[in-house]
Amino acid sequence: MQWETVIGLEIHTQLATRSKIFSGAATAYGAEPNTQACAVDLGLPGVLPVLNREVVTMAARLGLAIGAKIAPISIFARKNYFYPDLPKGYQISQLDLPIVGKGELEIELEDGTTKIIGVTRAHLEEDAGKSLHEDFHGLTGIDLNRAGTPLLEIVSEPDMRSAKEAVAYMRKMHSLVRYIEISDGNMQEGSFRCDANVSVRPMGQKELGTRTELKNINSFRFVERAINFEVGRQIDVLESGGRITQETRLYDADKDETRPMRSKEEAMDYRYFPDPDLLPVEVSESLLNEVRASLPELPDARRNRFIEQYSLSREDASLLTSSREMADYFESVTQVSGDAKLVTNWVMGSLSGALNREGKEISASPVSADMLGGMLKRISDNTISGKIAKEVFEAMWQGEGDADAIIDKKGLKQITDTGAIEAVLDEIIANNPKQVEDLKGGKDKLMGFFVGQVMKQTGGKANPGQVNQLLKKKLGL
Amino acid sequence: MSLDNSEVKRIAHLARLVIDEQDISIYAHNLSNILDLVEQMSSVPTDDVAPMAHPLDTLQRLREDKVTETNQRDHFQLVAPQVENGLYLVPRVIE
Amino acid sequence: MYQKSIADQAKGLRAKEFSSEELTREYLDRIKRFDPQLNSYITVVADFAMAQARIADERIAKGDAGPMTGIPLAQKDIFCTNGVRTSCGSKMLDNFIAPYDATVVERFNQAGAVMLGKTNMDEFAMGSSNETSFYGPVKNPWDTKTVPGGSSGGSAASVAARLAAGATGTDTGGSIRQPAALCGITGIKPTYGRVSRYGMIAFASSLDQAGIMTQTAEDSAMMLNVMAGFDERDSTSLDKPVPDYTANLNNDFKGLKIGLPKEYFAEGLDSGVASVVEAAINEYKKLGAEIVDISLPNSSLSVPAYYVVAPAECSSNLSRFDGVRFGYRCEDPKDLEDLYTRSRGEGFGPEVKRRIMVGAYALSAGYYDAYYLKAQKIRRLISDDFKQALNQVDVIMAPTTPTVAFNIGEKVDDPITMYLSDINTIAVNLAGLPGMSIPAGFSQNLPVGLQIIGNYFDESRLLNVAHQYQQVTDWHTQIPKGFE
Repeated sequence: MQWETVIGLEIHTQLATRSKIFSGAATAYGAEPNTQACAVDLGLPGVLPVLNREVVTMAARLGLAIGAKIAPISIFARKNYFYPDLPKGYQISQLDLPIVGKGELEIELEDGTTKIIGVTRAHLEEDAGKSLHEDFHGLTGIDLNRAGTPLLEIVSEPDMRSAKEAVAYMRKMHSLVRYIEISDGNMQEGSFRCDANVSVRPMGQKELGTRTELKNINSFRFVERAINFEVGRQIDVLESGGRITQETRLYDADKDETRPMRSKEEAMDYRYFPDPDLLPVEVSESLLNEVRASLPELPDARRNRFIEQYSLSREDASLLTSSREMADYFESVTQVSGDAKLVTNWVMGSLSGALNREGKEISASPVSADMLGGMLKRISDNTISGKIAKEVFEAMWQGEGDADAIIDKKGLKQITDTGAIEAVLDEIIANNPKQVEDLKGGKDKLMGFFVGQVMKQTGGKANPGQVNQLLKKKLGL
Repeated sequence: MSLDNSEVKRIAHLARLVIDEQDISIYAHNLSNILDLVEQMSSVPTDDVAPMAHPLDTLQRLREDKVTETNQRDHFQLVAPQVENGLYLVPRVIE
Repeated sequence: MYQKSIADQAKGLRAKEFSSEELTREYLDRIKRFDPQLNSYITVVADFAMAQARIADERIAKGDAGPMTGIPLAQKDIFCTNGVRTSCGSKMLDNFIAPYDATVVERFNQAGAVMLGKTNMDEFAMGSSNETSFYGPVKNPWDTKTVPGGSSGGSAASVAARLAAGATGTDTGGSIRQPAALCGITGIKPTYGRVSRYGMIAFASSLDQAGIMTQTAEDSAMMLNVMAGFDERDSTSLDKPVPDYTANLNNDFKGLKIGLPKEYFAEGLDSGVASVVEAAINEYKKLGAEIVDISLPNSSLSVPAYYVVAPAECSSNLSRFDGVRFGYRCEDPKDLEDLYTRSRGEGFGPEVKRRIMVGAYALSAGYYDAYYLKAQKIRRLISDDFKQALNQVDVIMAPTTPTVAFNIGEKVDDPITMYLSDINTIAVNLAGLPGMSIPAGFSQNLPVGLQIIGNYFDESRLLNVAHQYQQVTDWHTQIPKGFE
């Protein structure tokens, strides 16, 4: 039987606020355990939550960026369950009236086509703390620094049909939240993670199959692998006559498998109700206008502009706008050096290569946009060749200064003096009579030999086009 | 409305309360009486009534995104039943 | 000194007739002598109080004193007090030394008031007789066989027996007004949102409100001046200017329209209580008030609605007591489940457990609409009744309780009967309105309270109406026998 996979994602993105969603404790990552858990975060008797303004504007930013309706009034509710990393015994979240309503995100598929993925809603909630299972005499240690960190949970429609689509959606959302500066998107630190709802159904069937929920996946690679494993598992179960149990499963990256979560075995009855400590949250039209005005150009719009303005291919434009830093870098370099095609090649070639090699973000690149632009200008004005430029780039990367300084210091300036090149050429012609004869006899391939010899002798500083021309002239070709 | 012992146990578990076996039927009796009292509401038509979650008709105030709290871990952990290396300790959690 | 009202004590302190140290010492001595009969305090902080008194005296000497500086008060043990045990009347918090001050406590500290100790209360404020306290029942100083009411029973008894000049209380369904009535003192529950709830251990967040228990309405006004006001740490606290509550006490209220809701004078009202209240109303007529018969048709639904809303909120509010970060933890938990169920099962008393379970049930899957949502709708009906009534009249008056104090042990095994003793006070909390109880006389030698209900943020008028009555009556000055 042919099976169709159906996937919906719940993405939890940590909002990049200074303080927590309901308290004035810091949200900085990596502090000593429980040093950033204040009375409110600990749920001490008598404490009360007060909402952080910034989380509301950040949620509104996302809402506007995905074309969603922002609820003029939204409500916080309590989700009640007992867990040691949940200090109050309830999580403050949103249920009936989330702050962000229906929106959508366009993803690009591998074959170059695009697909719209629906976003059902996005709601604000507080994160829980962390349980540490290292050796505390068989006990678990609880660190509540993360408790109360603001999260925006973005819930998609079950619109994805393969693990690849799910990854494309997750990547696109990841890029978007960073673009609009509501999250640092740091996946190692858990700032961007997702739960995947996965089911399969016979191709052509309308009703959805029973789904399982894969919890807390924090890398693109794992999302793909976890979903693929789970799809395979579900098909195996169904094809051998079994039934899928609706359950929560955990992806084990080491074993590359999913297994049921023991702590979630019993069906949860969360007893949601409106939090009486918090009042309805208003997003006024004026706040919305303020947020709208502060939004940067969004990725899709920027991509389209790149195609138009710089005559880039859609693929190049997509890659260059995949992060705001990358796109900003590209535009800065282009402004300095002018030649967008050349810039594209360098940004996506040598620069990306070097960044990848050293695992660096573009924002931490030792070669700034100004430096790269400065170097590309020297290619355009024939001061250096593309080949020499590679050497200059490497030197800039190593911190040896900007392009002009390096060219100067290392004497890499292209030789444009015809006399100097002719002298070298004469010597080579004299030393290689056989090749000269063959070339004259029609072996055109030998042109490369002569040019190569000149380049070798000049340390690459001659202009190959110029050498070509001179050679032809000298041999009367 | 009358609750039987198994329902009392289910609710007690939901609320993470251990109830002595011999007290279960007393709870069942009392809780049933309370639910009977509450039941009086059901005779009142309320289809057109907006639920009132809060006595005052006001909106949530928003705080500035500022860090105002300092580390008081040692002070707060003075009242904790069991801590080590700054962590609260609980019996092993299995995920 | 102890017979004096706070207003008179403040004058005495300012006139240097006595010092705060002397005044505080007198109360501490009285507590030592009389409280063993009453059990109104859970914790007495004698050294702390004397130190605060000395600081108060310095402030008075320097001329840096406010009206409440140097006045010895008791705090209900529901308010967190930094460095002092805050038990909430529960075994769960018997070992809990609060690591911070409630806003109310902080404000009294800033005003220079002296804290004598923490008063006894029903466990987590759940009770109407003070019998659910882990620390044993409080006795009513007018007759120690009877209850003082609850949940602020310790505060009520201590003020009635003059073991504190005034005390704080909290009122979720009548927990200030009912004990004030049963103990013959003045109590006010301000409008929801008038006083910060920060640091006040939550029972039912949308109903809880901090308030005051004193001998006189004037004293209540003085204390409310300290307590009331916006607190940025409480989202439900109202950012609204606070008037000087003592400013209008002496206003003439001729032409005041008093509404008498017929539902509060119906069957179930003790005839002795009824005649005391009638006499009080007549006194108001003499003072120039106009009496209007009104109706609050949904009154009978207030107890049912309350016993869904309050337990639902409490079931969630009390989830934080899990034996992990503070409070009681059971011996040798064998696993996480055991830690939770035994810590909570052993740490909470039966009434608290009952309410948690009712609340968990009312919110659970499949029952939410029938119970919680229904109760919220009924709440709207009850609130609308008051809105309509208060369009016609300035204040509403009624008996605070249908009977005088009942005997200890009389209702303790019958939750429903106990719940119905709050029948006259609960609706006010559901609506969020301010309410008072003032001493209006005696029936069977036990005090009777007159309840005064006003419009939102109309505390000044309530205090004025109460104060004028106290100018022409002396019920509020009477001290129970044996406590002189």
